[in-house]
Amino acid sequence: MIQQAKTYDLVVIGGGNAALCAAITAAEHGSTVLILEGAPKPYRGGNSRHTRNFRCMHQEPLAVLTDRYTEEEYFEDLLKVTKGKTDEKLARVAIRGTEESYAWMEAHGVRFQPSLSGTLSLSRTNAFFMGGGKALVNAYYRTAFKLGVEVMYEAQVTHLERCGNRIEAVEFTHQERSHRLTPKAIIVASGGFQADLDWLASAWGPAAKNFLIRGTPYNKGAVLRDLLDQGAESVGDPTQCHAVAIDGRAPKFDGGIVTRLDCVPFSVVVNNAAQRFYDEGEDVWPKRYAIWGRLVAAQPEQVGYVIIDAKSLELFMPSVFPPIKADSIEELAEKLTLPPEALQNTIEEFNAACRPGQFHPTELDGLATDGISPAKTNWARPIDTPPYYGYSLRTGVTFTYLGLKVDETAQVQSAEGPIENLWAAGETMAGSILGQGYLAGFGMTIGTVFGRIAGKEAANYAKH
Amino acid sequence: MQSINVVNIDPNEALQTTDGSMTEARRQLEVCNACRYCESFCSVFPAVNRERTFSEATITQLANLCHNCRGCYYACQYTAPHEFGINIPKVLAEVRQNSWQDNAMPAFMAGAFHRSGAALAVAVVIGFALLLWLINQLPQSMNANLGEGFYSQLSHNAMIAIFIPAFLLPVLAIAISVRRYWRSVGGTQLQLSHIKAALASVAKMRNLAGGSGEGCNFEDEDRFSNARRWYHQATMIGFLLCFAATSAGTLMHYLFDMQAPYPLFSLPKMLGVSGGVLLSIGTLGLGVLKLQADRDLADRRVWGGEMGFIILLFLVSTSGLALYVLAASPWLPELLAFHLGSVLAFFVLMPFSKMVHGFYRLAALLREQQLQ
Repeated sequence: MIQQAKTYDLVVIGGGNAALCAAITAAEHGSTVLILEGAPKPYRGGNSRHTRNFRCMHQEPLAVLTDRYTEEEYFEDLLKVTKGKTDEKLARVAIRGTEESYAWMEAHGVRFQPSLSGTLSLSRTNAFFMGGGKALVNAYYRTAFKLGVEVMYEAQVTHLERCGNRIEAVEFTHQERSHRLTPKAIIVASGGFQADLDWLASAWGPAAKNFLIRGTPYNKGAVLRDLLDQGAESVGDPTQCHAVAIDGRAPKFDGGIVTRLDCVPFSVVVNNAAQRFYDEGEDVWPKRYAIWGRLVAAQPEQVGYVIIDAKSLELFMPSVFPPIKADSIEELAEKLTLPPEALQNTIEEFNAACRPGQFHPTELDGLATDGISPAKTNWARPIDTPPYYGYSLRTGVTFTYLGLKVDETAQVQSAEGPIENLWAAGETMAGSILGQGYLAGFGMTIGTVFGRIAGKEAANYAKH
Repeated sequence: MQSINVVNIDPNEALQTTDGSMTEARRQLEVCNACRYCESFCSVFPAVNRERTFSEATITQLANLCHNCRGCYYACQYTAPHEFGINIPKVLAEVRQNSWQDNAMPAFMAGAFHRSGAALAVAVVIGFALLLWLINQLPQSMNANLGEGFYSQLSHNAMIAIFIPAFLLPVLAIAISVRRYWRSVGGTQLQLSHIKAALASVAKMRNLAGGSGEGCNFEDEDRFSNARRWYHQATMIGFLLCFAATSAGTLMHYLFDMQAPYPLFSLPKMLGVSGGVLLSIGTLGLGVLKLQADRDLADRRVWGGEMGFIILLFLVSTSGLALYVLAASPWLPELLAFHLGSVLAFFVLMPFSKMVHGFYRLAALLREQQLQ
């Protein structure tokens, strides 16, 4: 173990949005800061690399944001998705912090762009980053370097040494050697544990081994576990995570946004026995995509198959892999390795249950099936126009909710009270606010607002 | 279950044949179309997002619309080592280059000079030798026609006899090539509004502005900088001023019988000197930036040819300025031969050098206006 000769006021663990907001803020408050980023430079930034916007309240049109989005409406939206499982105090701190954060982000190099094509429904609530999350991360690293923040890539933190209500030391490995640092304060911003499939399996059961991880392979939760083992208080349910149904051919890790499939509402979805299992047309896709991760996870081998016909091919955003194409349902079944006869029956039964009516792809059209279970309650049109197309679906985990319990100053709590020199920001404490469900752009809200709070608090602590 | 073949993720393994680049560009653009994060950087991505599938004509048009600002590369979460291996600036540069070479007339000339700075240098040397020979030979036979200034070295008529065909024939060749391009991408009748919008984009170099006006990510990874945008405009405006100076001189000579040498406060001199200065500064800047930029975000095959082209333009402008400063020097014949020789090489090679990018980009911007 090498005791680092150089001392820092503050060590920030993690290298994504929350970590960078914290490091920049602390440096501007006069702290000397070292960032320990577990990933190599090309993969720096954690899940922030894959993000695209942040949800922002505003009283009147604000740059790229249209109309207004008040604190109350924002909070109500959060209540809806979490079904009340949130900490109102912390949630309001996050929400109120967004309006002022917009200007802060711009001042620190982030550039915004109007809502992307295909996402008009978010133009009022979500400010999109020009170039996406990696561009934001790049801009923050540049800003941090200018402020004298130091960064070590591929620095894996192995242990935080807790003595009473303090963290005395940070141990990490870098270039195959162990190091030890004794900063005045520490900020943990190293995400959830979703890339540790064994941990996921211990919460979810063996099914979790079939999950795909949409983001960084580096979020294994090592620091989270180490702190929980040493009595840091946890929040959030280990089985809760943000999970969506994505293209089954996506890479095991890091597939990001392009692996999503938006065609479920216009389709029939079956499991590997070619049986339907849920109402594909329950609601518009932005309100339903997040439940399909769980629905698919509950099916045998954690896989689903989306079947559409030629009528629907252009009704949804293109995805990264071309669909499997066939001229008959039987041929499609063979290509998808589904039992052909069973699929044929399922589709015939579904088609017979479709009723005439007006089809409106962009709104709830009430075009429902009659006499089958589960019913499809909107957009139910027969699958009868070749060529037919199919995609496989798997559960794609974005991030886990089990995290560190913090107070409104982002300080980490233990059974014996707050740990006086330890703060947390970003996904590693998001479970405090997101008990379940997800709101687009809210992860970046939590990371930005609590990253800045943690940076300021830690810097003030380090001064005294 | 069909597996997905991820093509060409090794940056060193160049699939640069027309088909290879086209296939690779299509694969990458399909990833872009599923992502869309780069929508506001430039004109390419909104054009990508209009499509569902990518025909060769569409990809060729997108490639010529791309100004290689590289903002999308540094913003991309799917660049190598990610298995998707996205490198849009590189693959579009390859498609673009192939489209210039395939449409060029004659095509074999394009292959040589686009790629090789050495070939350009040889052309300059030949031009220099030719002009020097003419300067040494012609006075004896055409003594009576010699005038003042540079015309004491080479008569006006001799210059015209060389440079009019050396200018018009290459321009004709470019016109034919760009017309081929225009037809291949489905271009239709132009309207005034298209022309105005496309020229405005050129004037502001909007596609090197990075969407926010902070420029491109060229010489220092993801740092935004307008350096390349400014140097490019200095080069372009300098070139146009020099061209205007020559045109003004020609008009004055033939229409008003006003013969060179012109005083400093005359149209040809004012345009020429300011143009020459801008062109020298612009090309010097572009050359330096090109040395700093990552060569893997462009078409590696033509780095030498592109650098050679920048140096050639720099030599044209600086030798022109040197002629102005050193008009009384005993080295005047050599200097004049060098200047005229490099101008000659530049003109003759226009259809086969980086010079064509201006014509193709303008065509692509016009087409984009039609498609919007």
